[in-house]
Amino acid sequence: MTQTDLPDHGKRPATALSGYERDSTLPSHIGEPIVKVEGLHKYFGDNHVLRGVDLEVRQREAVMVIGRSGSGKTTLLRCINFLEEPTIGSIEVDGVRVDADPLHARDRQHREQIRQIRLRAGMLFQEFNLFPHMDVLGNCIEAPTRVLGHSREHATERAEYYLEVVGLAEKRDEYPSRLSGGQKQRVAIARALCMEPKVLLFDEPTSALDPELIGEVLGVMEDLAHSGTTMIVVTHEMHFAQEAADRVVFMEDGVVIEQGPPEQVLNDPRHEATTHFLRRFLDR
Amino acid sequence: MAAAAGAEPRGIAPIVEEVSRAQRGARRRFSAVFAAVWIGLIALIGGGMWIASGADLEFVFVSGPVIVLQGAGITILVSALSIVFATMLAILGALGRLSGNPVINGIASFYVSLIRGTPLLLQIFFIFFALPQLGIVLPAIPAGIVALSMNYGAYMTEIFRAGIQAVAAGQREAAEALGMPERLVMQRIVLPQAVRIVVPAIGNEFIAMIKDSALVSTITVHETLFMAQRIGRSAFEPIAALMIAGAVYWTLTIIFSFFQERLERRLSRGDR
Repeated sequence: MTQTDLPDHGKRPATALSGYERDSTLPSHIGEPIVKVEGLHKYFGDNHVLRGVDLEVRQREAVMVIGRSGSGKTTLLRCINFLEEPTIGSIEVDGVRVDADPLHARDRQHREQIRQIRLRAGMLFQEFNLFPHMDVLGNCIEAPTRVLGHSREHATERAEYYLEVVGLAEKRDEYPSRLSGGQKQRVAIARALCMEPKVLLFDEPTSALDPELIGEVLGVMEDLAHSGTTMIVVTHEMHFAQEAADRVVFMEDGVVIEQGPPEQVLNDPRHEATTHFLRRFLDR
Repeated sequence: MAAAAGAEPRGIAPIVEEVSRAQRGARRRFSAVFAAVWIGLIALIGGGMWIASGADLEFVFVSGPVIVLQGAGITILVSALSIVFATMLAILGALGRLSGNPVINGIASFYVSLIRGTPLLLQIFFIFFALPQLGIVLPAIPAGIVALSMNYGAYMTEIFRAGIQAVAAGQREAAEALGMPERLVMQRIVLPQAVRIVVPAIGNEFIAMIKDSALVSTITVHETLFMAQRIGRSAFEPIAALMIAGAVYWTLTIIFSFFQERLERRLSRGDR
């Protein structure tokens, strides 16, 4: 789908065993751990949404998180870059470790640390959240110029490269209102890539799209996965997870029930709850 | 169209043509009567008052307007400067009202409450007649501008606050997720969108300001109403003088509404 020369790590080797607990079973393209979630709990008031989540994501790994709505998977993703402040636990992204500190969430030092995490973790939203008052290029160069301090020329060059990656180079001067939903999400992906983050977090990126527009977004995401972009994707697209995931994580009631290679979790789940979820899902 | 695969049923063209001609005619008749009503009412009220007051032809069309229009410049100056200062105050006020800092929030809320809870005329008098007792003496025009700016700033604080809150939460989240610090999020992402949202409301405030600026005639600012009062009294033509002043305000607001509409259309470019 893309015509650019991203580093190609080849078709991912199938992994025979679940999870990556034993290093000997790691597929060759997968590197060191880059995201670590430890003992994560999140309360919204009295509502205990995350009940102790541990998750490790390695470089160049594509992890898909599945589970019914209300299982806490979106909250988990939003906690990773602190769009929600976790109640207990810690998050580490690319060496920056931040402990949950809801009592001092507004302290200057805590906020700066969170910002460091956000610079390393790009986020994609269900509703795209492009800036409507800026054109496509403006959306892509805003943070690189103002936050990273890149020159306009340099930022523009990179934005054009990443717009090419998502196949929208010719839309650089359009305003978001003139784009389809699928195009908006692809611009959002380019905008996130322009910050050259270590990991991309996708929060149900195709849930707000018309069915015929889902494919173009998943296509871009699959290309990114196959070219070695580290990503955590909360999704309901089982077929996509099967194709593009290195690992599938199934969550229910705020905990990880099981995880492992897609063919194992999706085709031969070990837990009753996973089987139940998948059956209900496929019945629809 | 779908059933006949694009082919038009025979004989339909003249009917379609006739229907649209009838609709055009109805619209034209509506506009004509509408305009006639306006012209009629203006002629009726203007003419009636003219006859009833026996106003002098030369005063109504020459010396009256010449004098009153001298005040129009001051009206525009005072309103324009005041709306600019009021907008700046309102943005600060709105940020204050949304601040998590209790001191800043308290000051902003106090300002809004105090100003909205007292009459504008009292505020104008206070700044011009009372402050000199403390040794603070402002000339009439600056005093008027200060009073109008503070007053409208308080009302517009609430407009801006609502505008900022109306910017989708996802916008702020997207900006934060890109690593933008709070100040940049506000300055580059939230405020520009909030301004678009509040432009119609700010326009209305400006129109109200043009009319409320007449209140500063009470502190000797030589604006439209002041000039009308003066010339009306000295020429014994109060009806004509005040009607001329009314026409000036009315015209100003119509002209401004026109530009406001164009600005709104321009700002909405690329939006939603």
